[in-house]
Amino acid sequence: MTSRRRQRFAVLAGLALGLAPLLVAGQERAIAPSDLRSGREFVSPETQAQQDDLTVNPGMLWVEQGEKLWREAAGEAGQSCAACHGEPSRLKGVAARYPVYDAKLGRLLNLEGRIQHCRAERQKADPLAYESQPLLALTALVAHQSRGLPMSVAVDGPAQPFFETGRALYHERQGQLDLSCTQCHDESWGKRLRAERISQGHANGFPIYRLEWQTLGSLHRRLRACFQGVRAEPPASGAPELLALELYLAWRAHGLPIETPAVRR
Amino acid sequence: MPATRIVAPAKARKGEVIEIKTLINHPQETGFRRDNVGRAIPRDIITRFTCTYAGEEVFRMDLFTGVAANPFVAFTTIATETGDLVFEWTDQHGTVTREQARIVVT
Repeated sequence: MTSRRRQRFAVLAGLALGLAPLLVAGQERAIAPSDLRSGREFVSPETQAQQDDLTVNPGMLWVEQGEKLWREAAGEAGQSCAACHGEPSRLKGVAARYPVYDAKLGRLLNLEGRIQHCRAERQKADPLAYESQPLLALTALVAHQSRGLPMSVAVDGPAQPFFETGRALYHERQGQLDLSCTQCHDESWGKRLRAERISQGHANGFPIYRLEWQTLGSLHRRLRACFQGVRAEPPASGAPELLALELYLAWRAHGLPIETPAVRR
Repeated sequence: MPATRIVAPAKARKGEVIEIKTLINHPQETGFRRDNVGRAIPRDIITRFTCTYAGEEVFRMDLFTGVAANPFVAFTTIATETGDLVFEWTDQHGTVTREQARIVVT
């Protein structure tokens, strides 16, 4: 009782201090900020070393590929990304606030969605397939610019309904195993699941180089693998459900530094 | 041509032990896997990696199906003279990917 009262007081105090964006959804995080652990802390020291040393990190192959694509003119407009944006480093910090609500489109956009939108609108180019190598490379390039910056998404205002959808999906039991995300990643993180330690399921390093995949992959690919893991039918990559979930996950990881390209098992 | 990354010192003192790191983008498909309709995925691997330093071979490695995708190879050699480090990856079809880096030895 006392602790609940204290929590309620903390919410009120937070609102009074103008921390409204964090609390607007009326949800407190299941994991306290001081207990937040990046997925990096759940992999072996060797894998951590592989991620930290950018000369060794295989994800950098995609970042370098992305830099080439960045400067290549594409589509009918004959424009490159660089023609509008200049150096990729000018997009520093962008990945930290994605996904965002786009008022003109009236929907949520993640980095992949923003790149696709740019391609269609500005470059007049054909869309790239969601998990295609060029889209992964460009996404990795943009996200890599924010490496080290804390995740910080807006979940208030027009983004709130999407946030609520994501939160509901995160807590909904799914599939033949009848499991929700929260049961593993909030209630059981740190415990063992066969040979592995359960992570907190933060999305702060995507696209990631996953050793199991032997390649770089998107967050949506990883989420689809989670759905399959609990024997549920996964939504398609880029589907609204996964975007909403991505927003909720970004809010959960608020403050964790971006690690793109992260290396995971 | 597959993307590569080479990390080698641009300068070194004579007699110094230098570390060279290399990475190449390659699927290293084993030939043992099947696709989602049951067809065998053909083997596609790099079989040999070599490094020459000022024309002399200083490192050679044979690769097999047990080597993971995007092979990372790190090795050391001794800085002897100013020259080119030439890296060659040869795949099973005989296609060679070549990269080089200059090292100045003082």
